[in-house]
Amino acid sequence: MEKRELVCVACPLGCGITVTLGDSGEVLDVTGNTCKRGDAYARSECTAPTRSLTTTVRVEGGKAYVVPVKSAGPVPKGMMFDCMKVINEASIKAPVKIGDVVIKNILGTGVDIVATNNAE
Amino acid sequence: MTNFDLAVVGGGPAGMAAALKAHEEGIEKIVVLERAETLGGILEQCIHTGFGLHYFGEELSGPEYAGRFIKLLENTNIVVKTDTMVLDIAEDNTVTAVNKTDGLLKISAKAVVLAMGCRERPRGALSIAGSRGSGIMTAGTAQKYVNIDGYMPGHEVVILGSGDIGLIMARRMTLEGAKVKMVCELMPYSGGLTRNIVQCLEDFNIPLKLSTTVVATHGKDRLEGVTIAKVDEKLQPIKGTEEYVPCDTLMLSVGLIPENELSKNAGLTLDRITNGPKVDEYRETEHKGVFACGNVLQVHDLVDYVTEESQIAGLGAAKFIKGEKISGDCIETCGINGVRYIVPQRINRETDTDVKLYFRVGAVFKNAAIVVEANGETILSKKKKKLCPGEMEYVLIKKDVIANLPKDSVITVRVEA
Repeated sequence: MEKRELVCVACPLGCGITVTLGDSGEVLDVTGNTCKRGDAYARSECTAPTRSLTTTVRVEGGKAYVVPVKSAGPVPKGMMFDCMKVINEASIKAPVKIGDVVIKNILGTGVDIVATNNAE
Repeated sequence: MTNFDLAVVGGGPAGMAAALKAHEEGIEKIVVLERAETLGGILEQCIHTGFGLHYFGEELSGPEYAGRFIKLLENTNIVVKTDTMVLDIAEDNTVTAVNKTDGLLKISAKAVVLAMGCRERPRGALSIAGSRGSGIMTAGTAQKYVNIDGYMPGHEVVILGSGDIGLIMARRMTLEGAKVKMVCELMPYSGGLTRNIVQCLEDFNIPLKLSTTVVATHGKDRLEGVTIAKVDEKLQPIKGTEEYVPCDTLMLSVGLIPENELSKNAGLTLDRITNGPKVDEYRETEHKGVFACGNVLQVHDLVDYVTEESQIAGLGAAKFIKGEKISGDCIETCGINGVRYIVPQRINRETDTDVKLYFRVGAVFKNAAIVVEANGETILSKKKKKLCPGEMEYVLIKKDVIANLPKDSVITVRVEA
């Protein structure tokens, strides 16, 4: 048995969470969280950690140089830099609307990269 | 002279929420005056997520959060003037502004909401020895370079100050391929949210050096390195602990200052701790009909709280315009024993609303209680697992409790360790 102390990043409250792990790394118990999102975060953090990714994509033919984007859902933590590489090689033609899909299913993660602002 | 019921100075999250709330309350003629080309304020460059969890119940990026309010605003008859700089607010609430299309604008308003936000403490406010080569900038300036202008201001970065903007930029620069060598923090604790230390520093193995500051910058035309040093309990650099760190960029995240030039010119006195105007429970300043909200009033950690506060100011302004706002004997509030300040600074005794007292503590406290007292009696006591200066706290005081307090009472809030 192993106990792991985490700080939840699901929201700005930052609850301290204690996770009890079994010998093969399975989650036995989660305490200290104050909501369901905290429980989910703790379980995923100890088994397959993920993060949402926010960055910018180059805009072509518009007034703006770049438009902010986010991963529509969390991507595996270990793939953040690989995703960045793909995003930095991409570009999108103006005009862009909030919610436009910039890259579909990035690196086979099943997660889309979507615009988070309008760009003329 | 153009006549409006309400003039809102600033079109960031505070100004937009105040204007929308007043509109909702039936105020007809509202104008929002914004210095930048677009509405949204600083949220436009805050492309990371974490906004809106309290207010919308979902996690949004800065531009998305602002976008929701911009959309609401566009569906009203609220007049928005962007690229417009407010120059003066006169005694009679006449607002003077200037822009390219209207030239000089004179706006006569029944009420004014101040929502100018804040700006970053610059290098000049710190005493760091060294030349003024390029590569030294505030974290917010770097954020604009990367997220709006689309270019990288440097490759090897040291960040001074562990406020949220500094932490967010540590991650942002790392994701874009820069090497962030360390974040130095003068205090023995971080001023940023714990979640940001985890997901912006720990995720990328960026060291956070507490009780450490930058004492010198090196390099003539471009920054070549900085000297860091440990500091003692009086925050003074300790001789012999100096260390040279090569870098081409120094980012400063060393505090935010409410932008109150207009307020000061209008004769408002500022709270010495918040650097914002002193206000009552509806965020009305000492000047009748002039309200303040958002970061111009007190620096917030979460935009959700800015929205909440600005809706209070918008409601207050609407009540004032309709002649329904209570204004009479006030009870003062005061933070003592670990509580640095309280907003609002005064409460009308006959107020028609329960009042949240917002405050920050001056140090980290664990397993402490927040005690609210008036006239030697405890109004309420609330246990807290953890209190830290980086996170704003509040206590709710019921209006009946306020009404029952004698004239000239003072409500104090303190930490009981």
